[in-house]
Amino acid sequence: MGVGPTGKGDWLTTRVDQLVNWARKNSLWPMPFGTACCGIELMSVLASRHDIARFGAEAIRFSPRQSDLLLVAGRISIKMMPVLTRIYEQMPEPKWIISMGACASSGGVFDTYSVIQGIDQFLPVDVYIPGCPPRPEAILDGLIKLQKVIERDSLRHYQSAETAT
Amino acid sequence: MLPKRELADFFRNKFPDSFLEVTDFRGMLTIHIRGRGVLEVLRTLKTDPRFAFNFLCDITAVDHLVQGGHARFSVVYHLLNQHGARRIVVHAWVDEENPKLDSVYSLWKTADWQEREVFDLYGLLFQGHPNLRRILNPDDFKFYPLRKDYPLQGRGERSDFPVVERSIGSKWPATQDFE
Ligand code: SF4
Repeated sequence: MGVGPTGKGDWLTTRVDQLVNWARKNSLWPMPFGTACCGIELMSVLASRHDIARFGAEAIRFSPRQSDLLLVAGRISIKMMPVLTRIYEQMPEPKWIISMGACASSGGVFDTYSVIQGIDQFLPVDVYIPGCPPRPEAILDGLIKLQKVIERDSLRHYQSAETAT
Repeated sequence: MLPKRELADFFRNKFPDSFLEVTDFRGMLTIHIRGRGVLEVLRTLKTDPRFAFNFLCDITAVDHLVQGGHARFSVVYHLLNQHGARRIVVHAWVDEENPKLDSVYSLWKTADWQEREVFDLYGLLFQGHPNLRRILNPDDFKFYPLRKDYPLQGRGERSDFPVVERSIGSKWPATQDFE
């Protein structure tokens, strides 16, 4: 991206890809799916001390249709999994998933019939955050990692997917 | 409240068909009965002024497949007398072939969800229950997971869901380093 002054006013050159990615990564709207103790830690990330707003993701939306980041925080039971899939499918593209904590990523210590052993078996997860629960710093780190993922995205992917259908 | 011996005599005389025994563990009296007599025994415990156990704290069940007992399952009723702060436990034993017993919903409305929970996890049928459906597990769940012959990790239910693929966008090489 290049920015500079001219005689008549400021100018800016960039690639459309970069401009779009820059806008997307700095205005993630998370849909929090907090089903257990990790959800409590997520709340403290949203609050003033850790302040996820510094990374542009403070606009929490409880409607999947208005959000582009699914934050799965907690264990997902076999009864909840169809709900989670439904919510993911309701989100508009582009969309990303962060799997927060040991339970969402792997089932954690709950190796039982009723707990999904990692949501990535059924949903495309972008970033995993380890920990039980992860510290707020770890969640912010996960968010920054996701921003780097988005940075490398390209509009060509969307184009080719649309022409392919 | 009667001491153990008199309690046993009272119930043996009143319910000769269903009475099994009375046990005492550290002051906690437990009446063991056959499942078919449960409604009448609990009605007596609730309405007889010598007992007056007016509050049903909990219903749960035990699968005695491994440790053995009078039958395979026992349904456990924890009763409380709120005026004298006395408690008593009733074990109602039912076997595997005929896992039926009467609902106590007519005595305590709280039995509604508690009996549904026992039904959901052990597959015991409470006759006369107004709405005996699963309460914790999904409606289409096929097994009774707290039975001892059901494996802890289930029979594949937890990995039996449709896989949602990434439709468009975010297609980066999986091994890419983002540091
Ligand atoms: S990973 Fe730990 S803190 Fe998070 S939901 Fe599981 S048990 Fe709770």
